Amino acid sequence: MTVTLFVPCFVDALFPQVGINMVHILEKLGHRVECPEEIACCGQPAFNSGYWDEARCVAEPVLKRLKDSEAVVIASGSCGAMLKVFYPQLFADKPEAHAAHELSGKVWEFSDFLVKKLGVTDLGAKFPAKVTFHDGCHGLRELGIKSSPRKLLEKVQGLELIEMQDAETCCGFGGTFAAKFPMISTAMGEVKCASAKDTGADYIVSNDSSCLMHVQGLLSREGHKLKTLHLAEILGNQ
Amino acid sequence: MSSESQEFLQQAEVITKDLRHRGLIQTALRKYEVARDKRKSAFGDWQSSRQAAAETKWEAINHLDKYLTEFADKLEARGTKVHWCSTPDQARDIIVKIIADKKARCVIKSKAMTAEEIHLNAAMEKAGFEVVESDLGEYIVQLRKEPPYHIVFPAMHLTRDDISDLFQKELGSAPTREPEELTMIARRALRKKYIQADVGITGANFAIAETGMISLTENEGNARLTAALPKTMITLLGIEKILPKMEDLALFLPMLATAGAGQTVTGYNTLYGGPKQPGEVDGPEEWHVVLLDNQRSILLADPEQRDSLHCIRCGACLNVCPIFRNVGGHTYGTTYSGPIGSVITPHLRGLQSWKHLSSSSSLCGACTETCPVKIDLHHHLLQNRRNASQEEPNAMEQTAYKAFGFVANRPGMWQVGKELARMFQPLHKFVLGTKLDPARAWTATRDVQPVAKESFKEWWQKHKAEKQAK
Ligand code: SF4
Repeated sequence: MTVTLFVPCFVDALFPQVGINMVHILEKLGHRVECPEEIACCGQPAFNSGYWDEARCVAEPVLKRLKDSEAVVIASGSCGAMLKVFYPQLFADKPEAHAAHELSGKVWEFSDFLVKKLGVTDLGAKFPAKVTFHDGCHGLRELGIKSSPRKLLEKVQGLELIEMQDAETCCGFGGTFAAKFPMISTAMGEVKCASAKDTGADYIVSNDSSCLMHVQGLLSREGHKLKTLHLAEILGNQ
Repeated sequence: MSSESQEFLQQAEVITKDLRHRGLIQTALRKYEVARDKRKSAFGDWQSSRQAAAETKWEAINHLDKYLTEFADKLEARGTKVHWCSTPDQARDIIVKIIADKKARCVIKSKAMTAEEIHLNAAMEKAGFEVVESDLGEYIVQLRKEPPYHIVFPAMHLTRDDISDLFQKELGSAPTREPEELTMIARRALRKKYIQADVGITGANFAIAETGMISLTENEGNARLTAALPKTMITLLGIEKILPKMEDLALFLPMLATAGAGQTVTGYNTLYGGPKQPGEVDGPEEWHVVLLDNQRSILLADPEQRDSLHCIRCGACLNVCPIFRNVGGHTYGTTYSGPIGSVITPHLRGLQSWKHLSSSSSLCGACTETCPVKIDLHHHLLQNRRNASQEEPNAMEQTAYKAFGFVANRPGMWQVGKELARMFQPLHKFVLGTKLDPARAWTATRDVQPVAKESFKEWWQKHKAEKQAK
């Protein structure tokens, strides 16, 4: 199958290793990967702030570029939700409504794509460490992804998954929320970090780099040894 | 920025750093979650129950005109006086007039968020009446001259010691840490008030159209006394409280108890059908039911957010909301806090003044997931943001998004942007965290993720070339 891998703006610039691991994993599974280089962002920041015209401006080229894809895999649950759930709303009474609907049907978050679409859970990865998994809210509640990342982690050799209390509680990132209400975002992050620390894990793993950017930012500032990793980085560790 | 928004930010700044508050609320709500989950499992199928509840409320709200008339007609047939009020002013005036007509001096009141919504106590006190809250939590916050902290647990931000101190100061009681003793102190003070009161005011949890009755749910028996002892009873409720049929309570009573407080059913559930009828020996001689609109019909006219009128004020969305759990109820600065408050306050009190409540959310969706009547809460926050920006865009924000879109749609410029960011990043450390730092909102508490030496797309081009070469 030809998989169109959409690497969102912040993953491209800040977490390239996440995308790189995804490419390696998908290619190893025998799929042809293509990456649309001309699209940068899904338009979520403007959409979430209420600027829907401006969001459509960014989203239209995405719709056009991904129109003929067989399957679109996104390197972030949050951007995945944007394409899958919010594009149909954003374009609800626009000429692109149909295209948005069509695209929605073939958009996948990475871990869900592996487990539900490709039916693979064992990627032959090794990662001898204790990890705890943070459910990114958009992946969890907009896309309904809970078991896929765990099924993948279960098969990683040497990895011990320790669930934290309130794994489903938001970490406090929330996109522009983190900058508009930094004090609330920080407090939420501190609560999240406390739950993760309580597990005694070495790593907080998630399928969303945006949450991890915020959580890692807090941990680093504090000088805590707990590290964050994207699920793809673990699965790519052969 | 509205003054309400500034106040919100200031209070949030203080309270999010208050670790005592954080600990208190997290502990209380974690206990709630455990109890709730235990009760939820008693429902054969919680999700189907939610669906059924949502459909019932959908029917009630979509035919509100029919059900409200049915409700009022049935009530009036048994001698209840029904008052229709469009505005808080009208509702306050009517209630104050009823009390004045009765030449009453003392009013006892059970818990009613609708009364908070219209600031009824202040109006009654201004008119010279003594008003006493009879719900323990409400009584405590009344003594503290504070609004309720939470729509179901008004005094959840206080410890036993706080309450003991308060009672010592206000009621002259002896210090104690025992919940039973604290309750007894309040009880002794309140019993006198029930007897003295000429008028009792209650809210309503549900209004049953079919039978013309109100259903009241409580854990202390105080609402029963409030309704039974005084000669005149007044019930204030929002028009959205309607349920079509009596049998709907079979679902809604346990649902409210489970979602709201992690109980199977609430301690006392009482139905009121009218004032004392000929031949009956007790009950109020007069009963006034005051129906309040206060912008609800405007919400009803909005097909996108009409479902927010389904709310049964269980408070479950507040309990699971990580924003609420960190800023607490008072920071919202309005009667309805938490997710439902953030959705409806902009409708009830003005979009531009209250839009910050819709913005102060990470859109995590925990509220929507928990709401027993399936209100699409977090998506309504997005719609409020959209409506607010459309109505009055913030010039700077809009320009920024336009500029972002312009660059994002031009790969060449996007690439230059990335390179500039990479180039200037080493300089960031010189202003990091200072007033000159453009990313201060982030960097004050969080380290910045450095821009990668090689972006994904740069890597991809090489990777693609290598593959093609093979
Ligand atoms: S919105 Fe839903 S969860 Fe929140 S108080 Fe109302 S009914 Fe309860």
